[in-house]
Amino acid sequence: MGEGVARLVKRGNVMEKVEPILKLNNVEVKYQEVILVLKGVSLEIPEGGIIALLGANGAGKSTTLKAISGLLKVEVGEVTDGSIEFQGERIHKKSAMEISKRGIIQVIEGRKVFEHLTVEENLKVGAHLRKTGSTKDGLEMVYHYFPRLKQKRNEVAGYISGGEQQMTVIGRALMAQPKLMLLDEPSMGLAPLLIKEIFDIITKLNHEEKIPILLVEQNVKLALTVAPYAYVLENGRLVMHDTSEKLKENPDIRDFYLGLSDVGERKSFRNVKHYKRRKRWLT
Amino acid sequence: MELFVMSLINGIMVGGVYALVALGWVLIYKCSGVLNLAMGELTLIGAYVTLTFYQIGVPFIMSIIITLIIGVILGILVERIFLDRLIGEPILAVLMVTVGLSFFFKGIIEFIWGVQTQAFQPPIFSLEPIEIGFIKISRVYLWSFILAIVLFLLFSAFFKYTHWGLAMQATADDETAALSVGVSARFVYAAAWAIAFMSAGVGGALLGNINGINISVGYLGLLVLPAVVLGGLNSIPGAIVGGITIGILQNLSGTYLDQYFPGGVKEVFPFAFMVVFMLFKPYGFWGWERIERM
Ligand SMILES: Nc1ncnc2c1ncn2[C@@H]1O[C@H](COP(=O)(O)OP(=O)(O)OP(=O)(O)O)[C@@H](O)[C@H]1O
Ligand SMILES: [Mg+2]
Repeated sequence: MGEGVARLVKRGNVMEKVEPILKLNNVEVKYQEVILVLKGVSLEIPEGGIIALLGANGAGKSTTLKAISGLLKVEVGEVTDGSIEFQGERIHKKSAMEISKRGIIQVIEGRKVFEHLTVEENLKVGAHLRKTGSTKDGLEMVYHYFPRLKQKRNEVAGYISGGEQQMTVIGRALMAQPKLMLLDEPSMGLAPLLIKEIFDIITKLNHEEKIPILLVEQNVKLALTVAPYAYVLENGRLVMHDTSEKLKENPDIRDFYLGLSDVGERKSFRNVKHYKRRKRWLT
Repeated sequence: MELFVMSLINGIMVGGVYALVALGWVLIYKCSGVLNLAMGELTLIGAYVTLTFYQIGVPFIMSIIITLIIGVILGILVERIFLDRLIGEPILAVLMVTVGLSFFFKGIIEFIWGVQTQAFQPPIFSLEPIEIGFIKISRVYLWSFILAIVLFLLFSAFFKYTHWGLAMQATADDETAALSVGVSARFVYAAAWAIAFMSAGVGGALLGNINGINISVGYLGLLVLPAVVLGGLNSIPGAIVGGITIGILQNLSGTYLDQYFPGGVKEVFPFAFMVVFMLFKPYGFWGWERIERM
C-alpha cells in the first residue's frame, strides 16, 4: 500500500522524504480471541511528522492506537497477524510497560485525568519515565506550551474544564518525553475556540519539539489542516490514504467526511460508495 | 460529665490507632479494589513481631521500626506470591484468597506464638496516668495516639510529596491512564500491600500494648471495618474520622450501655451503628462518588 508515500513530511513549506519511525504491516487485531476488529492495517509514521487517522465511530481508530501502545492487552485484545515496528524493532508482542519505556506514549480518548490529583500532580505522574532532565524542567516545558495549566496547577483535575483536562492529559504525556505521541480524539466534546487553541499547541509541539504524532480525529477538516498526510479507516480496513491536500480535493471525502458537495445539491446516498454510507459526521 | 469527657478522650485516643489499621484496608482497596479480609491477622502479626523484639531487649521504638521493615517485606512477598497472579480475575476470587490468607496466617501465628495472652513486660509506659484538671489520661493511650498520628503524617507526606505516592494515587484513579505513562499497576499493588502491612502491623502493636496480645487483637483489626466503611472505603481522611468515630462509639457504649447489655456491647455497637449509617450514606463520609463532569 502506497510504499513510501507516507514518508512525506512538511517542513516549512517543502515536502521532504524521511525514514518512518513507526511501521504497521498488515496488522490484524482480535479482542477476546474472536472479535476481529482490525483486518490488515498498514501505515507509516515518518520521523518528526504528523499523520492523521480518520474514520467513523467504530472504524477501529482507537484499536489501532492501542495496538501500537500495547494498551490493547489490558482489554484482552491481541495483534494476531502482521507486525508493528518502532525504530526498526518489532514491538507488537511487548507489554504496554515496555512500549512506553521505549517512548511511545498514548493519550487515551476521553480526557482521562487522575481526577483526585491536582493538575501539577497529574503532570508529575507523567514524569515517571523521564530519562533526562528533572521533573521541574518538564513542568516548565509543559507550562510554556500550556500557560493555562500553569494558572490551574493547584486545582483538582476532576473539577477543571474539559479543555483544561485535555491539556492536562497531553501535558502529562509530554512529561514522559515521548518519541512518538498517539493522540486519540483530542477535540472530542470541546468548544471550537478551545479546539483551535489545542490544535495550535499540538502543531507547535510537533514543529518545535520534533515529536512525531499519530492523530486520531473525527474532526476531519481540522485534522487535514494539521496533518499533511492522512489515512482513512473504515470497518477495520484502510480505504484511502493520501496527502491532506489531495484528500481535501477528493470528492468522496468532500461529500461524506467534510459535508461539502461540489454539485451544489447532496448526491443520492445510493450513489455514495460503501464506506460513505454511514452516519454523517461533520466537523 | 467527667465520665463522658473521659470516655470521649479515651475513645479519640484508641480511635487514632484504629485509624492506622483502617488505613491498611483503605490503601489496598483504593489501589487494587480488593477488600483484604486478612487484615485482622496482619494486625496480629504486627503485634507479635513487636512483642518478640521487645522481649529480647530491643527498645520499644526500635521494635516498632523493625515491625515496619518486616511489614514491607511481608507485604511485598504476600502480594507477589498470592495476589499478583490473580490480577484480572473476578473480584470474588481475590476476596476468597484473602479469606484463605487469613486462615493461613492464623495458623502460622498460633504455631509460632501460641494462643496464650501475652503482655509487653516490663510495661513500656508508666501506669501512672497524666492528669489535666479532672481528666486522667492513661499514658499508653496518649503515646499510642501520638505515635499513630506521627505515622499518619508520614504516610500522608509520602502520598502527597513522593513520586511513588503520586503514582499510587494515579493508579487508584485510573489504572489504564497510569499505565499509558509507564506506571506499573503491579508495582503499585505491591507498594499498597507493603504500606498496609506497615500501618496495620504498628496499629496491632499499639493495640496489643494497650490490651495485651492474643487472637482478639486480630478481631480488633476486623473491628475497624466499620471505621473504613464509615469513612468511605477509598478515603484516607475518612479512615481517620472513621477510626476515631468508632473509638468514641466503643468507649461511650462501654461506659453507658454496658450496665444494660453486659458483655459485648462495646464490640457490637459500632457495627450496629455502621449498618444504620450505611442506610443513609452508602458512600461513607468521603467515599468517592464519581466526579461527573463534561
Ligand atoms: N475491548 C473491546 N472488546 C471487544 N470489542 C471491542 C473492544 N473495544 C472496541 N471493540 C470493538 O472494536 C470496534 C472498533 O472500536 P474502536 O474503539 O477502535 O473504534 P473507534 O474508531 O476508535 O471509534 P470511536 O470513534 O467511537 O472512538 C468497535 O466495533 C468496537 O465495538
Ligand atoms: Mg475511539
